[in-house]
Amino acid sequence: MNNYEIVVIGGGPAGLAAAIEARKNGVKKILLIERDRELGGILQQCIHNGFGLHIFKEELTGPEYAERYIQELITMGIEYKLNTMVIEITKNRQITAINTIDGIMHIQGKAIILAMGCRERTRGAVRIPGTRPAGILTAGMAQRFVNMEGYMIGKRIIILGSGDIGLIMARRLTLEGAQVLAVAEIMPFSGGLTRNIVQCLEDYNIPLFLSHTVVDIEGQDRVKAVTIAKVDKNSIPIKGTEKRFECDTLLLSVGLIPENELSKCAGIELDKVTGGSIVNESMETSIEGIFACGNVVHVHDLVDWVTEESKRAGKSAAKYVKGESTGRYKVINIKGINGVRYVIPQLLRVKNITESINLMMRVDNIYKNIKFIVKGNGQKIKEIKRAHVAPGEIETIKITLNELTYRDYNEISVEIVKEEA
Amino acid sequence: MEPKDMICIACPLGCRLSIYEDNSAEGFIVSGNKCLRGIDYAVKEMTNPTRVLTTTVKISKAFFSRIPVRTNGAIPKSLIYEAMKLINCIEIQAPVRMGQVLIKNILDTGVDIIASRSMYEREMLDHIKDSTFEVKKSL
Ligand SMILES: Cc1cc2nc3c(=O)[nH]c(=O)nc-3n(C[C@H](O)[C@H](O)[C@H](O)COP(=O)(O)OP(=O)(O)OC[C@H]3O[C@@H](n4cnc5c(N)ncnc54)[C@H](O)[C@@H]3O)c2cc1C
Ligand code: SF4
Repeated sequence: MNNYEIVVIGGGPAGLAAAIEARKNGVKKILLIERDRELGGILQQCIHNGFGLHIFKEELTGPEYAERYIQELITMGIEYKLNTMVIEITKNRQITAINTIDGIMHIQGKAIILAMGCRERTRGAVRIPGTRPAGILTAGMAQRFVNMEGYMIGKRIIILGSGDIGLIMARRLTLEGAQVLAVAEIMPFSGGLTRNIVQCLEDYNIPLFLSHTVVDIEGQDRVKAVTIAKVDKNSIPIKGTEKRFECDTLLLSVGLIPENELSKCAGIELDKVTGGSIVNESMETSIEGIFACGNVVHVHDLVDWVTEESKRAGKSAAKYVKGESTGRYKVINIKGINGVRYVIPQLLRVKNITESINLMMRVDNIYKNIKFIVKGNGQKIKEIKRAHVAPGEIETIKITLNELTYRDYNEISVEIVKEEA
Repeated sequence: MEPKDMICIACPLGCRLSIYEDNSAEGFIVSGNKCLRGIDYAVKEMTNPTRVLTTTVKISKAFFSRIPVRTNGAIPKSLIYEAMKLINCIEIQAPVRMGQVLIKNILDTGVDIIASRSMYEREMLDHIKDSTFEVKKSL
């Protein structure tokens, strides 16, 4: 058995930031494990700009953002293993990992930080009818092919889903000479960042069909045509609204799911809404000494928040291994209600808050001119006005220690209230 | 004149801006912006819209066959396709450093095309690929 103080699983921005922060907090024996052939995670294929505005105050591309942290990790001399896949973790923080050089490895961590990111929903997960020809792939897969491997994936393309990856790929494929005929979105609004709608679709005159979905795929060996149709309030296609596009490729950008197979096998409690682990203010999961951060906790749209959250995980894990444990203090439950789908963290121990804590949340619809109301045991603690909120964009609310300790709360809730005009 | 609505894309916040022409020194009045960059963006969008272009370039001797590149400043929107044509003509060889200039002053815009990551030579990689070697010793 190999022993480490902290083992980080996943070398994306979350794992990198957590490992670096743990070292900055005095932890010597850290091992980071990554299954890919290089560090950086999903950022290496996100070649567009828009990363790091909050942290570096400049707009970097994904690879540039990643390289800054990779450099820092290497300079600090933090150990890492590439091409190594973690296949099991236990609640006693034992890790089983494999690669082609070492074979099977058993590693004991005093603390573990989970940073496995997320994976894409596939065709099966959204149940699209029609034949099963070649030419149907997820947007992230296409992104990797085009941006890293240098393969073009098609000439005439339909994209289902208007999440950020779909939008970014619409522009990318257009620039590379393909014709993106349509982006169909089943919801009445796009799940992507507004800036991506403008920069990726409007700039290139790519039509976005809201409240539309794919109702048929034709083709034997390769996609020949895709038919989309308008859907009603219950997402049922409306007869007579079909539009048929002759095309050779269908991209699916239908959402991401936190990658939690490992967490499940350790018995870590997951949140039904986020699909990620339930965490407290220290980013600790339901199992003591196992922390989580980044897309494995909930799907983020901005990498800056991933880094911020992951630093918190790294720092907490450092405290844990040094025995300055966060302790079994009283726990406050946090929940989202009335339009707030979820709030991260789900649990909070006031004793561990030094100045303030950022609550991160997603709303369930587009709302204009609303207030977020934060309540403790049903009584208002704080309210924040917002002119516009959307499901595609994470909202953050800062709560100070003073606000948290005003009374002895058992439960905190965040909800949306319409502002009277 | 009717105000024109647009979404500021200078940063991911995406503020909803409203802009109309007036007789002030700038010639426009902007509202809805959370920071000053919003004003610049709206005025520019009315007069000379520009974009940062990110794409890839062929690379040989590296682990991947494409390396991501970008303009190190914004170029006029109208030149994007022309720039793509030029960028698609070049081919480079590893090793490349992040920030290295690959095309200088593209289309006389005063803006360069730079590599947006480092890529090592494939053979070199075997040595610096990771710290597996040291880790193995310590295991
Ligand atoms: C297409 C796309 C576009 C985006 N655009 C933007 C943008 O414009 N601006 C912005 O700020 N943010 C953007 N984001 C968001 C941001 O990039 C992500 O939120 C962030 O990369 C998540 O980091 P992570 O470390 O949690 O996950 P990842 O980057 O996915 O890293 C997880 C790592 O864990 C590894 N791993 C998983 N399982 C195992 C295992 N069992 N053993 C070993 N290793 C494992 C994976 O190989 C991977 O390297 C975008 C995301 C995507 C997908
Ligand atoms: S106005 Fe400022 S804060 Fe708002 S989107 Fe533009 S750059 Fe971002």
